[in-house]
Amino acid sequence: MKKDLLSISDLTSDEIHLVLDTTEAMREIGQRPIKKVPTLRGKTIVNLFYEPSTRTRTSFEIAEKRLSADTLNIAVASSSVLKGETLSDTAMNIEAMSPDMIVLRHASSGAGHLLSRICRSRIINAGDGMHEHPTQALLDAFTIREHKKSIAGLKVTIVGDLLHSRVLRSNVLLLTKLGAEVWVSGPQTLVPAGIERMGVRVSTNIDLAVADADVIMMLRIQQERMHGAFFPSLREYFNVFGMTKARVERAKPDVIIMHPGPMNRGVEIASEVADGPYSVILEQVANGVAVRMAVLYLLAGGAEVD
Amino acid sequence: MPVVMDADRIGRTLARIAHEILERNRGVEELALIGIRTRGVPLARRLAQLVRDINKHEIPTGALDITLYRDDLMRTAVGAQPVVRRTEIPFSIDDKRILLVDDVLYTGRTIRAALDALIEFGRPKAIQLVVLVDRGHRELPIKADYVGKNLPTSPSQSVQVHLTEIDGRDEVEILEP
Repeated sequence: MKKDLLSISDLTSDEIHLVLDTTEAMREIGQRPIKKVPTLRGKTIVNLFYEPSTRTRTSFEIAEKRLSADTLNIAVASSSVLKGETLSDTAMNIEAMSPDMIVLRHASSGAGHLLSRICRSRIINAGDGMHEHPTQALLDAFTIREHKKSIAGLKVTIVGDLLHSRVLRSNVLLLTKLGAEVWVSGPQTLVPAGIERMGVRVSTNIDLAVADADVIMMLRIQQERMHGAFFPSLREYFNVFGMTKARVERAKPDVIIMHPGPMNRGVEIASEVADGPYSVILEQVANGVAVRMAVLYLLAGGAEVD
Repeated sequence: MPVVMDADRIGRTLARIAHEILERNRGVEELALIGIRTRGVPLARRLAQLVRDINKHEIPTGALDITLYRDDLMRTAVGAQPVVRRTEIPFSIDDKRILLVDDVLYTGRTIRAALDALIEFGRPKAIQLVVLVDRGHRELPIKADYVGKNLPTSPSQSVQVHLTEIDGRDEVEILEP
C-alpha cells in the first residue's frame, strides 16, 4: 500500500481485494460482545472535517475506536478555520502535534493531495470536493461482492447527479478496475464532459441504462453544489430519473439498490424502493465501519518510509 | 531436509492426544476446541473428529486469528501488514474448558496473543494448550498441556508442518538455514 489513500487509483486490483478480504475479518469484530482489538493502541488519528458529515465521520470514528486508536475530531465550525487559517497552516499545526493519521473531508478537490505533500502523517481522503471518496467505493464494492460473489462481469448502473459526485468517480475507477460493465445515467446537464473516457457507457435514457442491471447505484442530487439551473424542478427530475418500483423491475430480478446517503426521498429515489426488498442501503452503512477498519489497519503498517 | 513426522505418525499422535484429552477432562460436556489460524484449525477439526469416533460426542470447534493481537505489529516501518483472516467462534466460551490448538509451539508469543484474544470473547473455566510439535526456545512463561512431539531444534532451523487440508500432504520437517 502507498503511504496515503487519496484516490482509488492509488490501489492496484490486488490491493483492492486485500482491503475487501481484510474487511471480512474486521466485520466479525463488530459482532463480538467486546467490539475492540488492541491493534492501533497508541496511534493518534485526527478526523479533520471541513464539510458536514454524519455517516462518514461516525463510521471512521467507530472504526478507529474498535482498533483502539486515540481519536480526536476537529469540526470546522468550532476551529480556527473560522478565524481565517488556511488549510495548509491548519495541517502543519496538527502535524506539529505528531498524529499518525489524518482523515480529511474537504469541499475542495485535491485537498488530500495538498496535505499529503506537507504531512508525514498518513492521509485518508474521506471525500474531497467533486473528486473522490475512496472508502465509499470500497464499502460499495464490499457490499456488491457480498451479494454477487464477484464484481467482474456485472452490469452496474449509476444514476443521478454525476457532475458533482465524488462517489461516482471513485466507484467508476474501482468497478472498471475489477471488470464490471459500468453504465451512468442522468440529465445531460449533470453528465460531466468526457466521462466516457473513464470506460463507462453513458445514456440519458434511464430505462435503457437500468435494463438487466445487476446493481443500481443512486446518487444524491447535490443542491448545495449547484450554482445554476440544471433541471426545471425536483418533481420533474423525479419523473424522468427517479428510481421507482416500475424502473427497478426493468433490471435483473435479483438486482440490488444502493445509495451512498444522505437520501433525498422522492427526488432521486422513491421511498418504496429505498425501504423495499432490493435495497441494501443500510448494509452499506454497516459495512462502512469494517471497510474503514481494514483501511486503517493496512495503512498503519509499513509503507515505504521517506 | 529431514522429515521428523510422516502422515502415519501424525495420525497416531493426534489419536493419542484425543485420548489424553478425554482422560484428563473426565467428560466432554464443557469442552470446546479452538484452532489458531492457519494450521491449528485443521488440527482442531481432526481432534473433534477423533473424539466423535471414540464416544460420539460433538465438541464445538472454532477458529481464531491472532494477527490483530500480535506484539510485533507496527514495530517496523517497512513492509506490508500481515494478512488478517476471520475469527469464527460460533459458540459462547463462557464456563467452557477451551482446548487451544496450534501446530508448533516456539517462543510462546502466538499463544500469548491468543490468550489475550480469547479472554475478550468471555470467561472460560479453563484454557488448555494442545500442540503438535514443541520445538523449545520459549521467550514467555508458557507451557503446553498436550504435546504431539518434543523436537529439539536450534533457533536457526525452522519447523514446517504440512497438513493435507492446506498443503496436500501430512508431514513435519526441519528446514536448515
